[in-house]
Amino acid sequence: MSLAVVNTRAKLGINAPLVSVEVHLSNGLPSFHMVGLPETAVKESKDRVRSAILNSHFDFPARRITVNLAPAELPKEGSRFDLAIAVAILAASGQVPRDHLDQYEFIGELALSGDTRGVDAVLPAALGCLHQGKQLIISRHNAEEAALVDGLEILPCTHLLDISGHLLKQTELSLWDSAQLESIKSAKQNNSRESDNQSQLNQVIGQHHAKRALEISASGGHNLLFYGPPGTGKTMLASRLPGILPPLNNQQALEVASIYSVAGKGVRQPIWARPFRAPHHTASSAALVGGGSSPRPGEISLAHQGVLFLDELPEFSRSVLEVLREPMESGEINISRVAAQVCYPANFQLIAAMNPCPCGYLGSQRCRCTPDQINRYRGKISGPLLDRIDLQVQVTPIENNQLLNQQQVNHKDQPKGESDRQIQQRICVARERQLKRQGKTNSQLSSEELKTICPLSSEQRHMMDHAITRFGLSTRGFYRVLRVARSIADLAGREQVISEDYQEALSYRIASEQQSTR
Amino acid sequence: MDRECHYALVSQHLDKFTAKFQRQLLEQAQTYCAIFERSVDDFPESFHPLLDNLRKQYERATWREAVDLITQRLADCGAHIIPATSADYPDQLRQVGGAPCLLYIRGNIENLHLPQIAVVGSRRMTRGGGDNARTWSEYLAAGGFAVTSGLAHGVDGAAHSGALDGGGKTIAVMATGIDAIYPRAHLKLAEQIIDQDGTLVTEFEPRTKPLATNFPSRNRIISGLSLGVLVVEAALRSGSLITARYALEQNREVFAIPGSIHNPQSRGCHYLIKQGAHLVEKAEEIVDQLKGALSGLALDAIPINVQRPSAAAPLEPNLETDELKLLSLLGFEPADIDSLIADGLFSAAELSRLLVALEMKGLIESQNGRYQRLK
Ligand SMILES: [Zn+2]
Repeated sequence: MSLAVVNTRAKLGINAPLVSVEVHLSNGLPSFHMVGLPETAVKESKDRVRSAILNSHFDFPARRITVNLAPAELPKEGSRFDLAIAVAILAASGQVPRDHLDQYEFIGELALSGDTRGVDAVLPAALGCLHQGKQLIISRHNAEEAALVDGLEILPCTHLLDISGHLLKQTELSLWDSAQLESIKSAKQNNSRESDNQSQLNQVIGQHHAKRALEISASGGHNLLFYGPPGTGKTMLASRLPGILPPLNNQQALEVASIYSVAGKGVRQPIWARPFRAPHHTASSAALVGGGSSPRPGEISLAHQGVLFLDELPEFSRSVLEVLREPMESGEINISRVAAQVCYPANFQLIAAMNPCPCGYLGSQRCRCTPDQINRYRGKISGPLLDRIDLQVQVTPIENNQLLNQQQVNHKDQPKGESDRQIQQRICVARERQLKRQGKTNSQLSSEELKTICPLSSEQRHMMDHAITRFGLSTRGFYRVLRVARSIADLAGREQVISEDYQEALSYRIASEQQSTR
Repeated sequence: MDRECHYALVSQHLDKFTAKFQRQLLEQAQTYCAIFERSVDDFPESFHPLLDNLRKQYERATWREAVDLITQRLADCGAHIIPATSADYPDQLRQVGGAPCLLYIRGNIENLHLPQIAVVGSRRMTRGGGDNARTWSEYLAAGGFAVTSGLAHGVDGAAHSGALDGGGKTIAVMATGIDAIYPRAHLKLAEQIIDQDGTLVTEFEPRTKPLATNFPSRNRIISGLSLGVLVVEAALRSGSLITARYALEQNREVFAIPGSIHNPQSRGCHYLIKQGAHLVEKAEEIVDQLKGALSGLALDAIPINVQRPSAAAPLEPNLETDELKLLSLLGFEPADIDSLIADGLFSAAELSRLLVALEMKGLIESQNGRYQRLK
């Protein structure tokens, strides 16, 4: 019987569903058909497979060749099936043994010469492969990425002949030595952790209020808005957040790496670090939230488990900002296309920055913006979006004399200038508390849950009522304060939220400068 | 509409009959009626061509469409016309060179004849500036002055509100049409002014939109209507300084409230003081200064004890030790958290909390991330 079946994997979102490549040779006029609704790219692979087989000095069977990619309903794209198709044809025509084919999965593209080439989204496929308990035969170029999956047996190859040699038990492929990679991984990790003192939070001069807000934000997973004139270091502050967030655990790291893999960005280093993405406000909606005919992950998914920094928030198009609301609520984004509906994780922490007025210098001589212009500028950020930003922090320009004072003064905040590692430890403990108590971070607490988790004493209730009238706090603003206060208490290791926590929480809100006259 | 008003309105829509021409001709004719009805022979010969031209234009009724529309719009919003020739036209304004030939008005006409004090200032005031505008206006209005201002954001709005709080009269001079309240946010305030027997007034036709060129002209009417102009807070090169300059040209008193040298909204006031404006620290000083100009105003009616929130009330007795410590660190000049932390007494977290506590007790205010003592 001239039938062979070879396993490979498709790419669907950040998943890699199993695909069987079935090849059947029958008598009749020589032809080469593919069924299973493959896209143009798969059809092109016919030519590559034929050339690769011929250039490897095998026979290309002069028979009626039918290739079926199953399941048929799965959208298939890319050149990732080349290797599997070639091997299946060789097996069906008896040029390699087909007995042990089911021990392997094959993924890779073929050059006309028969050389193997790397493809994207290898990591999800590798995870799937491990799950099935198979060995993965892939191009040498993808080995490093696949090796991120602990325990997977990888057989890297550089040419179609390597594979036939292995299947014919002539020259066996050797397993990828992941121990060797391990040492590279940890070396790089240490490198980035220790040598990078310049990018630590304690290197930022002044801005103590903002730094404290970052720590609270990290502790409770709160979104944060920096608000202030240009040149106050809003971007620098935001970029320091990943350094104090708890490192990714194994599973999170793989999930994040999978997204980068699917996006064709290869292996990110170090894989334990929280991502930091800062798309420009001119970025298209597709670039930001994901898209394309076969949807790729956008910036918000590349920021999954990390930080999405949006500078000049009001400059982003309104439609883009509206789209952000869904992932901010659910931690994922659904993208519908004709070809497929995919869902990418997008559980990011939003750090946004904006100027107080269109020119940026409100409150100083240079600003000539009218109240109407200012209102219009601020109005670009919709209320529902602002409601999801628990911490709203005013940053002020750094006075020159502070640059000098910085060296001399020992702040109580940073006795010896705490390192990111020290802050990170405190934050890990605070997060641990939250997970133990409520199974999620404080930023995800609903108003209902807050009522039981942050019950207000009558004295505290009285104080908050006063704050509501004094600062014109909305109902949603009130709950934002409760969530932040909860995180402040957790940072201090307090199970009870005390009045002082609420007071401090009240300071992370933007005072409305536009005073009503009545 | 009586005939005088009718002719006055029509005159605004005749070709080549500019405000300047109208004023010249009125010196001779005294009324708009006379321009169109009195025998030409009563006028010097040099006026005859102009009068002929005007009367021909009147006959041709090219003005009718525009005038009918305006009449309708005035009726729709309950507004009236006061020509410069009317006894209702405020004398104070009439004395000013280049006074408008026609005023559109809603609300109480009598208010225009009250002694008025203009309270003006920045559209982006500080909280302290807003408090001053409100409480001083309250005091002045309670004392019998009509408080005149421009209905703008910031100090203007606070001045109108303060006057209403004081149970007094207030006049809003607009740079837009009488039925085109600007800014829109002050729609409610404008209605309140009418409800509480105040007045809206403008020289611009109904439906006139806010145009930058109309604002200086409006400011000129504000100062022209008033005995004196109080500038509460103003940046350099602001509209309030233009009002003050008109006031000097029109021989009105100018008062300015000083402030912090670090507050850009005080620079304008300091500039005025250097130029010779009265430096005032209490609303009473304005009354004292204007006493001379006021005969007939019931000074007795001015209450001595108008409560001012910023007056030196005793410090709240129930301040925590830390709150007291921080309060003594804070000056009357704005300081940000970074400069307060440099004293090493408090951490950022403690400072954030204490500042909120003090702000809630009304002892300090924050502006653009800087904090300042109020008391
Ligand atoms: Zn500006």
